[in-house]
Amino acid sequence: MSTMPSNVPQPVLSVEHIAVHFGGLIAITDMSFVVNQGEIVSLIGPNGAGKTTAFNVITGFLRPTKGEVRYKNTSLSNLKPHEVTSLGLARTFQRTSVFQSVTVFENVMIGLHRRSRSTLLDTLLALPREGRAEAELRNLAHELLEIVGIARRADELAGSLSYGDQRLLGVALALATDPSMLLLDEPVSGMNATETARFMELLNKLHGRGMSILLVEHDVPMVMGVSDRIVVLNYGRIIAEGPPAAIRGNPEVIRAYLGEGASRHAAH
Amino acid sequence: MKRLVPYIALAVFASVPLWLHDPYLLNAFITTGILIVAAMSLNLLLGYTGQLSLGHVAFFGIGAYTSALVSLGFDVELIGGIRVVHEPWPVWTGFVIGTLVAALCGYAVGKLSFKVRGAYFVIVTISFAEVVRLVALNWVELTQGPLALTSIPPMTLGVPGVGYLDFYSKQSNYYLVLAVLVVSYIVIQRLVYSRVGRAMIALKENESLAVSVGIDVTRYLVLAAVFSAGIAGAAGSLYAHYLKIIDPDVFAFLYTVTMVIMVISGGKGTLAGPIVGGLIFGFIPVAARSFATPEIQWILYGLLMIIIVFVLPKGIVPAVEKWFAAPSTRADPEPLQAKMHDTP
Repeated sequence: MSTMPSNVPQPVLSVEHIAVHFGGLIAITDMSFVVNQGEIVSLIGPNGAGKTTAFNVITGFLRPTKGEVRYKNTSLSNLKPHEVTSLGLARTFQRTSVFQSVTVFENVMIGLHRRSRSTLLDTLLALPREGRAEAELRNLAHELLEIVGIARRADELAGSLSYGDQRLLGVALALATDPSMLLLDEPVSGMNATETARFMELLNKLHGRGMSILLVEHDVPMVMGVSDRIVVLNYGRIIAEGPPAAIRGNPEVIRAYLGEGASRHAAH
Repeated sequence: MKRLVPYIALAVFASVPLWLHDPYLLNAFITTGILIVAAMSLNLLLGYTGQLSLGHVAFFGIGAYTSALVSLGFDVELIGGIRVVHEPWPVWTGFVIGTLVAALCGYAVGKLSFKVRGAYFVIVTISFAEVVRLVALNWVELTQGPLALTSIPPMTLGVPGVGYLDFYSKQSNYYLVLAVLVVSYIVIQRLVYSRVGRAMIALKENESLAVSVGIDVTRYLVLAAVFSAGIAGAAGSLYAHYLKIIDPDVFAFLYTVTMVIMVISGGKGTLAGPIVGGLIFGFIPVAARSFATPEIQWILYGLLMIIIVFVLPKGIVPAVEKWFAAPSTRADPEPLQAKMHDTP
C-alpha cells in the first residue's frame, strides 16, 4: 500500500478488486484497499460515490459482481451476514440502527446474542447454567452501556432516545457482538456538533483499545480528525488514498467535492 | 404484585370444577381452554416473530388426526400396493406423536417462510391448511373423509406408582386441558424471556439489524414455527380425544380466524393476551345464549371485536398493564431528571 505506518502493518480487512453492477449501472468499478490491525480508515466521497454500496459488500449484505473481500484471510464471498458477524466484523446502520420498541438495555441484550452459552435445553428446563449465562449477559450489557456512555438511559425505550444517543446505542449493539473490527456507516450524519464531538471521543477510546475501524462518512472535518488513513471514492472509483494531511491538499479530492473551479483555485 | 397474577389466575381456574357443576358451562370451559392453547401457539409466531400464519388450524387438525389415528389404528393401501397396518396404541402415545408430527409440519412451513415473507407467507399457510383439509376429506381409507373418525378413545395415562388415569369425565378433561395449558404457557414463557425470545423480537423489529448482530434468521423462524406448530398439535390432540369424533371441518378457516381474533384482541406478543382474548371470545356465545339467537350472537361477536381493535389497538393486556403502570411513573421523579439532562 502507499503508506506504511512505523511498525509493520498487519492487514485485517482487504478489499480486492471489488466491482458492483446493478444491471447496466456500474456502482463500483474496481476498488481495492486494506485496513490494518488497530487502524481507523475512512471511506469518503461525495453523495452517490458508492460508499454505502461498498459498505454493504464488505458486510455481506450485497454480493459483488467481481472481486473479493477477505477478513483475516477468510473470504467473505459466500458467508451470510450473521456469519460475517461471527468472524468478528460488526457493522452499524445509517438509519434504524436500534430496535426501537424495546428498552436500551434490552437492545444490548439482543446484541449479546452470540455471547450467550445457554442452549435451547438449558432455556426450556431453566437449568442453572441458563441463569448464570443470563446474569453474565446482564453484566456485559451494563458494561457496554458504560463504555458508550448511555448507561443512565438503560431503562428507556430506544425509540425515545435522542438521535445522537441512538447512534451510540447502535455502536453498543455492534460492540456487543465482541468484534475485532467495527464498520460504521455514516455514524455522525444528522448529529449536532456536541454529539459529533462525543462520538469522536468514543471512536478514539475504541481505537485506544486496539479496535480496527472502517468509517464511511461524508462529514469531512470529522473524518480528518479521527482517521489514520482515508480512502476517497468518486463515481465508483478510488481517486485518492493516504493520511488526512495528504488528502486535504489532493487536488483531485478537492475537485470531486467542490467542482472544477475550486480545484483550479486550490492548485494555485 | 404483577408476579402474583398468573398464580392467582391458576388457583381460580383450578377451582372451577369444584363449584361449577353445569356440564354445559364446563364443556364451554374445556373447548375454550383448548382453543386458548392453540391461540397461545399462534401468538408465539404472530406476536413474537411477526409472521402471520393464517393456516394455523392445519397444525391443530394434524395433531387431532394423527393422535386419533395412532390410538384408533388404521389399515391403508398406498400407491404401489404397499399395505400399511397400524394396530391401536395407547392414547398418550397418540398425544405425543400428534404433537411431534405437527411440529415436523411446522418445521417444513418454517423453512419455507425463510423464502417467502409477509403476504406470501400468509398465502402459503392458507394453502397448506387447505391442502391438508382436502387430504383429510378425500383420503377416505385413512380418515373416513366426511364420515368422520368416530369412537376416538378418551385420553388415558399410565402413571408409574399411581396407576391408570383415564379422562372420561368433564372434570378430568378440564384438568387435563388446564395442565397442557400451563405447560404450554411455561414453555412459551421460557422461550420468550431468553435469548431465543430476544432473537425473535429482534427479527420482528428490524431484520437487517438482527442479522448484523449475528442472529441466524432462519434458525429462529424455524424454531418458533416448530414450537408453535407442536403446541397447536397438542391442542388438536386434546380436542380429538375430548370430543371423540373429528371430521375435516377441524381444518375450517373459521378456527384460524378465531385464534387470530383471540390473540389480537388480548394483545399479541404478550403471554396473557391469548388467554384473556380467548376467554372473552370463547364465552361470548355462552353469555349471549340466554338473550340472543345465534345470528345475533355472531353480530355481537363481530361488534365486540371491532370495538376492541378500535379502542385498544394493541390489545387488552397491554392496555391494562399501561393503566396500572401509569400512576406509578407519574409519581416517580426520575423522568423529570432524565429530561433535565437533555437540555444542554
